[in-house]
Amino acid sequence: MVTLWLPLGRLKEVLYFLKTDHRPAYRFLYDITAIDERSRKKDPSNPSEHFTLVYHLFSYGGNGFLRLKVALKEGELSVPSITNLWANANWYEREVFDMFGIRFEGHPHLTRILMPLTWEGHPLRKEHPARATEMGPFRLWDEKQDREQEALQFNPEDWGLERQSDDSDFMFLNIGPQHPGTHGVIRLVLQLDGEDIVDIVPDIGFHHRGAEKMAERQSWHTYIPYTDRIDYLGGVNNNLAYLLSIEKLAGITVPERANVIRIMLCELFRIASHLVWYGTFAQDVGQLSPVFYMFTDRERVFDIIEAVCGGRMHPNWFRIGGVAQDLPLGWEKLVKTFIDYFPKRLKEYDDLVMRNSLFKARTIGIGIFTTEEAIEWGVTGAGLRACGFDWDFRKKQPYSGYENFDFDVPLGENGDCYDRAKVRVEEMRQSLRIVEQCMKNMPEGPYKAEHPLTTPPVKKQTMKDIETLITHFLGVSWGPVIPAGEAMVCTEATKGANSYYAISDGNTSPYRMRIRTPSFAHMQTVPYISRGYTVADLLSILGAMDYVLADIDR
Amino acid sequence: MIIIGAVLGALLTIAPGLIWLERRMLALWQDRYGPNRAGPFGLLVVLADTIKLFFKEDWIPPFADKFVFVIAPAIVAITVLMSFVVVPFAPGIVVSDLNVGILFFLAMSSMGAYSIILGGWASNNKYSLLGAMRGAAQLISYEVFMGLSLMGVVLMSGSFSLNDIVEAQRGMWYVVPQFFGFLMFFIAGVAETHRLPFDIPEAESELVAGFHSEYSGMKFGLFFVGEYLGITLISSVTVVLFFGGWLGPEFLPPVAWFALKTFGFIIFFILLRASLPRPRYDQLMEFGWKILFPLTLLNLVATATILLWLET
Repeated sequence: MVTLWLPLGRLKEVLYFLKTDHRPAYRFLYDITAIDERSRKKDPSNPSEHFTLVYHLFSYGGNGFLRLKVALKEGELSVPSITNLWANANWYEREVFDMFGIRFEGHPHLTRILMPLTWEGHPLRKEHPARATEMGPFRLWDEKQDREQEALQFNPEDWGLERQSDDSDFMFLNIGPQHPGTHGVIRLVLQLDGEDIVDIVPDIGFHHRGAEKMAERQSWHTYIPYTDRIDYLGGVNNNLAYLLSIEKLAGITVPERANVIRIMLCELFRIASHLVWYGTFAQDVGQLSPVFYMFTDRERVFDIIEAVCGGRMHPNWFRIGGVAQDLPLGWEKLVKTFIDYFPKRLKEYDDLVMRNSLFKARTIGIGIFTTEEAIEWGVTGAGLRACGFDWDFRKKQPYSGYENFDFDVPLGENGDCYDRAKVRVEEMRQSLRIVEQCMKNMPEGPYKAEHPLTTPPVKKQTMKDIETLITHFLGVSWGPVIPAGEAMVCTEATKGANSYYAISDGNTSPYRMRIRTPSFAHMQTVPYISRGYTVADLLSILGAMDYVLADIDR
Repeated sequence: MIIIGAVLGALLTIAPGLIWLERRMLALWQDRYGPNRAGPFGLLVVLADTIKLFFKEDWIPPFADKFVFVIAPAIVAITVLMSFVVVPFAPGIVVSDLNVGILFFLAMSSMGAYSIILGGWASNNKYSLLGAMRGAAQLISYEVFMGLSLMGVVLMSGSFSLNDIVEAQRGMWYVVPQFFGFLMFFIAGVAETHRLPFDIPEAESELVAGFHSEYSGMKFGLFFVGEYLGITLISSVTVVLFFGGWLGPEFLPPVAWFALKTFGFIIFFILLRASLPRPRYDQLMEFGWKILFPLTLLNLVATATILLWLET
């Protein structure tokens, strides 16, 4: 990936040029993040001493990423906001402010986004404690409790929202943090005129667990289970996104068999994740039964996953350089049974849900966005494909050997809730095709790479060769030392583009780990696409979006 | 007096029975077990639920309008029970054979909507308020064609008395000549009981619990009982008006025929809940006013024309 260092003064100018006049145009603002460089091992190629602001742009025309960096000095942590250039810069800039204290001049609402408003300090700065034991004991005085509760009050004026229009008073309604329709802890403050949505202010961060901070004190190997819990429905898809970046840094080539095992499990998890979405979406529009059928089918997927990984939702199964173990005896039979069973069920669900006229009435023409808007807001995955835009990272930037598989990329036309559903349902069929090809063409060979950084390392030479013994001992006790550098590989996760921007300064644990998740970007679009619809439609929009709270907040 | 006692007793046992039945039937259709531990076939789970509801704290939110808050759940139970007054279960088994039976039923059953509107309003909760507003919107969309859909039956039997209407079906059940009337009455009936697909004022995934979000204990229990009695009421009135009431071959007593037919419709109510999603309330209003209302009028005009033509 090309990395460019920009002088602060020319940042907006260059970004504007890249977005509009450059060919190919970098239309998609993929991510904004920052790095606290103050304790990083010195590297002559890195001109930044204190903080670095990182922009990731993507060009659909050129099919490539571009990384732009700006060096910032402590005490001068202020940069111009680019919210007027990209609508989706809004939340990313708020997150950088929240986590690093970098101010964005001209941002319409620069407040904390993930941490509580009353939080002191900026968590991703190196001096901020990473765990409670490094802080003083927690006490909640009455005054403090009052202050905290005061901070939770919603004040429409802070968000530039009117309390009344010419002919009516608006009602402000909290959807969440506890609500049966949000599938988790998120708070959407609705500005309502009757039941019509005038505006929405999403309040996220209830599920924030500091996954990025945790990486900085885990070894490269022991961080894998934490990734499981980001998109907790996507299972090994998270492992894969993380490990692809690490393997790129380490220069490990994964053996063919490990790749096929990985793809097979990723696609099984894609089916499992889409089944949860399918059932809960039907439930959101009031259909009670489908969710039970779909969870039963998901159990069948989990039967396979459990036989292979031992775990179910949190498999923690992929390893640096391969997978944890070879496939168990008899796995083909399990997979075969499922491949024979599942298509009939999908057909039944089409009749039950997708062709139900009430379901159609609730989803067709609701929550529409165009391809242009989707790119502007950073929508990826099924949401983007529902607009008719043919983009799947498995096809366009194949990783782990996806190029060897025969599958189609389903597309929608109208970009409404129904098309998003249609695309996902078809994706399950395509995933099943991939799983079937994996089963029929599973290559023989090792399930992990013979590379010194493979963790746990291959053991068979350890008793004959002292070098291997030492590497094995260090790899198992300290954990592997990943060479200094930066890497990011974008994967097509169950919900959209997911990637881990891994930064190593040649140590046993990551120096910084940035997780770019699709749900964060998608949730940001909710106010924009819901305006003018009703409360009932909002539930269709949220249901069709397929987000996971931990994937938003990390 | 005996009849009143028997009817009241039967109805109040049916309501909890239906709760058990619904949970078992839903479970059957949704590939799960449902309540099956307490007592034979899990029957005692209803008893446990009832005891729990009775012993829950009788809580009224401090921000609620107390009087209205308390009265609202009573309204639904009272109006539904009152509607049963005119329902003939068998020849002679009717609390009161009013000669304006249908009108009485229509009047009473639509009063039930007040409990939703008042309950939602008195709770002083935004979700409840939205539920109440939806309840009101729903009421005006089904109430009109509900009454009109029955007029075909009245024309054919020449009476408003439910007893006479049953007797008039000795030759043929009215579901055959009044098939559209039946369809529309049943759709309106589902809307009237606020059951899926028309549980719009409650809409769990949108409004938490809609109009009864703030209710708990026995006051919530009354809404619950009212809902199940409403199902029974609509089912039995459908049977009386369109399916010949107690009429049936000799080998079973009339009451048994009536119960069997009603039971069939109750099961159908549960099946609806198991299978259909819910429309938006503006879609229901549109459906009511633009499609069902003209169709009922057409049905009424057609029935009247044919009757006149047959007479002349």
